[in-house]
Amino acid sequence: MIKKIILTIILINLSTIHSKALVEVDITRGNLDPLPIAVSPLSADKATNNKLKKELDINEIGVKIAAVVENNLKNSGLFNPLDKNAFLQKPDIAHLKPRFEDWSLIKAQALITGKVIFKDEKLRVEFRLWDVLAAKEMMALAFTTVPSNWRRIGHIITDKIYERLTGEKGYFDTRIIYVAEEGPKTKRIKKLAIMDQDGSNTKYLTLGNELVLTPRFNPTNQMVTYLSYFRNLPRVYLLDIETGVQEVVGDFPGMTFAPRFSPDGKKIIMSFAMDGNSDIYTMDLENRIVERITSHPSIDTSPSYSPDGKFICFNSDRSGYQQIYVMKKDGTNVKRISFGKGLYGTPVWSPRGDLIAFTKLHKGKFYIGVMRTDGSGERLLTENYYQEAPSWSPNGRVLIFYRETKTDSEGKGFSAKLWSIDLTGYNERMVITDSDASDPSWSSLLSN
Amino acid sequence: MLACLVLSACATKKVQNQMQGDVYTGTDTVEYLASGVPDRVFFATNESVLTTASRDTLRKQAEWLRKNSKINVVLEGHADERGTREYNLALGERRANAAKDYLMTYGISANRISVISYGKERPVDSGSNPLAWSKNRRSVTVKAN
Repeated sequence: MIKKIILTIILINLSTIHSKALVEVDITRGNLDPLPIAVSPLSADKATNNKLKKELDINEIGVKIAAVVENNLKNSGLFNPLDKNAFLQKPDIAHLKPRFEDWSLIKAQALITGKVIFKDEKLRVEFRLWDVLAAKEMMALAFTTVPSNWRRIGHIITDKIYERLTGEKGYFDTRIIYVAEEGPKTKRIKKLAIMDQDGSNTKYLTLGNELVLTPRFNPTNQMVTYLSYFRNLPRVYLLDIETGVQEVVGDFPGMTFAPRFSPDGKKIIMSFAMDGNSDIYTMDLENRIVERITSHPSIDTSPSYSPDGKFICFNSDRSGYQQIYVMKKDGTNVKRISFGKGLYGTPVWSPRGDLIAFTKLHKGKFYIGVMRTDGSGERLLTENYYQEAPSWSPNGRVLIFYRETKTDSEGKGFSAKLWSIDLTGYNERMVITDSDASDPSWSSLLSN
Repeated sequence: MLACLVLSACATKKVQNQMQGDVYTGTDTVEYLASGVPDRVFFATNESVLTTASRDTLRKQAEWLRKNSKINVVLEGHADERGTREYNLALGERRANAAKDYLMTYGISANRISVISYGKERPVDSGSNPLAWSKNRRSVTVKAN
């Protein structure tokens, strides 16, 4: 189903000395001043353009790849891609040696140039990142792949640029799995869907015959775990998105739900509800051994592992109301960490390990926020009528979640959409999907 | 102007008549398993405690089930939209089990009752207001055969 991709990365010209460049982007503070960057269209010769037109029905592949990069950079909120109409230099010449005066004239601080060649049924894409003010090359790389992967090349180029300029790994060559929704609120039809991080290449993984909820990626491979109401038995399932093969997780005599993978991808942690009580269990995917982690008459759900696998944060109403707790992976040392006003749910541990993102309900409003793993430093990022279920980008810099609208007096006007926001609280934006959408989960980087 | 006031007063009164605390007491959405046997009970926000009215309804259901001993039922537990999805699944399960336990104390065998939670996934009223939410916080008894 999903093609395996092997990219060969060749260093074509690492500039003489890897000196610290002037241009860099600070991502730790709110970015009110995105870096002006010029993304020159990648040049491609006539033969290449003709062949790609024939093979993939794509006009001007170099322009298209540059557009993917530009859109990624813009959506990150950290960069301000400049208007192409102001570019003075031709793409092929700029790629060889930019006339830096021309680019600084339009206030570009960084410049991206590149070249596409179609050869031996493969696409070879080169790009260079230039520091305009220092007038030097910062990075030069080339990738070779099958032509149908052209969008991914755009994402990988963005990851390289982001990493070079911010000092942190990117999150662009990733996918989002989510629940696609349609139909009236009282009879919603839900399907599993997957798309690239930028909203392209949407594919549906189920047909909508049964209710499906809360898909989550395995951080180490292309497996997904989710809740399905197949045959009216709500159970946690495991799905291989490459082969389409799926199976029920474990043999429980009641509803299993709220699944997530352990950071090593070898276990599923989830809730099991029986006789009105939900507790947290794990199942080892290799030996199928099931372990009970919590044993309490309250509702224990929404478990999420710390990235080192040693701790679990979860949601419990053992205090009388929904709050966030942290415990050791064996279920001992349970400690409540949320003490602010209101109810707290859906804790999810940051891939960097230092923060827990959550949903908070207070005085009729829903918030997405973060706190340190001991509960200190609570910071609310966004307030709305209804929003929940944050999922971290693999670099721990961005959260994606879903938001539902309030209906009018006749119960009309309902919609559910994906939104994302920076950890800084800036750059809140809707993630465009083909249909209504909820329950997003962000994959790891596909290429590392 | 006067008409307006009278109308809004009526509307408020109607809502009040349909809710006690924030538990739905109306009959708009209620269906009947048999004459005089309502199919559902309602809950307060975040609660799974059965109200006096709910216990009354469930005793009627138990009596009907005793008379119709070949009928099995599914108890469908639901929550309103003002909670996180996963917690609501657990809450719906807890509500349906509260109803199940009560039916069992009135002599209905556990093997005639199955339970399923839909959390906030299947509202009966698509409104975003306290009355709509009160109708959606429910456990519905459905014939399984």
